[in-house]
Amino acid sequence: MSILIYAEHDNTELKAETAKLVHAASQIGGDIDVLVAGHDCAAVAQAAAAISGVSRVLVADAGCYQYQLAENVSALVVELADGYSHILAAATTTGKNFMPRVAALKDVAQISDIIAVESADTFVRPIYAGNAIATVQSSDAVKVMTVRASAFDAAALGHSAAIEALTQAHDAGLSHFVSAELTVSERPELTAANVIISGGRGMQNGENFALLNGIADKLGAAIGASRAAVDAGFVPNDMQVGQTGKIVAPQLYIAVGISGAIQHLAGMKDSKVIVAINKDEEAPIFQIADYGLVGDLFDILPELEAAL
Amino acid sequence: MKILVPVKRAIDYNVKVKVKADESNVDLANVKMSINPFCEIAVEEAIRLKESGTATEIVVVSIGALACVEQIRTALALGADRGIHIQTEAELDSLQIAKLLKTVVDKETPDLVILGKQAIDSDNNQTGQMLAALTNMGQGTFASKVAISDGQVAVTREIDGGLQTVSLTLPAIVTTDLRLNEPRYASLPNIMKAKRKPIETIAADSLDVNLTSNVKLLKVSAPAQRSGGVKVADVAELVAKLKTEAKVIA
Ligand SMILES: Cc1cc2nc3c(=O)[nH]c(=O)nc-3n(C[C@H](O)[C@H](O)[C@H](O)COP(=O)(O)OP(=O)(O)OC[C@H]3O[C@@H](n4cnc5c(N)ncnc54)[C@H](O)[C@@H]3O)c2cc1C
Repeated sequence: MSILIYAEHDNTELKAETAKLVHAASQIGGDIDVLVAGHDCAAVAQAAAAISGVSRVLVADAGCYQYQLAENVSALVVELADGYSHILAAATTTGKNFMPRVAALKDVAQISDIIAVESADTFVRPIYAGNAIATVQSSDAVKVMTVRASAFDAAALGHSAAIEALTQAHDAGLSHFVSAELTVSERPELTAANVIISGGRGMQNGENFALLNGIADKLGAAIGASRAAVDAGFVPNDMQVGQTGKIVAPQLYIAVGISGAIQHLAGMKDSKVIVAINKDEEAPIFQIADYGLVGDLFDILPELEAAL
Repeated sequence: MKILVPVKRAIDYNVKVKVKADESNVDLANVKMSINPFCEIAVEEAIRLKESGTATEIVVVSIGALACVEQIRTALALGADRGIHIQTEAELDSLQIAKLLKTVVDKETPDLVILGKQAIDSDNNQTGQMLAALTNMGQGTFASKVAISDGQVAVTREIDGGLQTVSLTLPAIVTTDLRLNEPRYASLPNIMKAKRKPIETIAADSLDVNLTSNVKLLKVSAPAQRSGGVKVADVAELVAKLKTEAKVIA
């Protein structure tokens, strides 16, 4: 068996997901290659080569991969697919975007968002917003899967795998990058943070999210949000935690002014410790909170910041 | 311009699903079913494109058992022009769905196909991308804005780092995210009118598509339950517990 892992990166930095996917792949067993598709991404390839368990890092460095457009990247992965028993990508917006294309072009199913490996052909994945857990077995010749990185530990670093340059450049010509508006933040990324403090509709407006800043600074936390807070325009979409946003599992998750709808819980209920701050003692979030504090967030947040 | 909108009949988003005692699957007996919310956003976007004069015809298609006609009628009541029901009792994966949709795309030759980004039952997030691959079209997934001009569609996508806009040559595939629009409700007169709109029924096995999946569902179990529900009296107690009991802060 041999496994191809698609590296998660932004051309300058290898993201934390990749080492977790290597760990997941090691549970399947077999040689592990990592593909870095991007532009001016040599530093990413170096970082990938340092992950223990990686045999080779394949680097496709070309202008057509700069934005990792699904049409171009999937053509590259399909070309490389022969000989691999499994192809893995993180269940990020990049992986979710191009991997189903790979599966369809290989005429195989995709298994989305796996959270456990039972054997080389049997995998576990949440369905129905995590209210049910499915175990599925695939007899496809190549198993195309996205992986929920938060469900796996990271493989160790301190290795130096061979790096091989690829020359294939697939520009499908079907799509073009126009622009990006990326959120710039000094804080850790939501999916990599050990501590997350999230605000919901109870925050009332975007300015009030500043009440979370001081606490986040003290805890080294990332700041997240519920869908209601994003829909209302308090904060940008990349902060949404939930079934259809980001799935997180930090050591500590603090939910502030969030009621605890199943769609929100789906994104955070695997956190190690959950704290809920809500003025409604009946709010469903309290049912899953390890520590619930009933009260007005506008009183509690300044107190909490002072106490830390 | 013709728009094709595939819609899925799925569990209503307000229902918390239960697992069957024998762990063979979830229990959907007597559970409220609706149009998958992301598909509803897709229908709404198509209607808005028609209202703004960009689109001329909206065709909705749903694949599944006879009951799917209910969701097609809902989409017709919202403003779609006609429906196609691809009938099958089989449990299909996204790949088979995408292949069936491809037969519709081949026949209808829409300029744009708008789908939901994911169904809230399987949570797969695959069908639009697979259909795009099979039809060799460009894709704009997780859309929060769609703008059409001169044979191109500019799609603003919700991505992990923020927003990205791509431009695709039509025909193309778009999948919807939550912020694309807020779907309307169907009015009573429109519900009545929808009863007279045409729905074509096609048997899935009359189409030249292999409907067998290589993925077998071995079991469906309930998730591990958290033992929550503990309340603390005040901030001081919370901080103390986080430090000494949970040991998650220093
Ligand atoms: C298809 C679909 C996908 C979805 N995906 C997601 C998703 O990914 N993520 C997500 O989060 N949601 C998602 N949702 C939405 C979800 O169903 C809920 O609507 C949403 O999570 C509610 O957000 P909220 O808890 O912030 O708001 P509300 O439910 O309105 O709760 C606000 C809470 O704040 C409390 N509050 C108000 N004022 C104060 C105060 N001063 N002090 C303390 N507490 C206060 C209230 O008691 C209340 O409990 C999705 C829904 C659908 C249909």
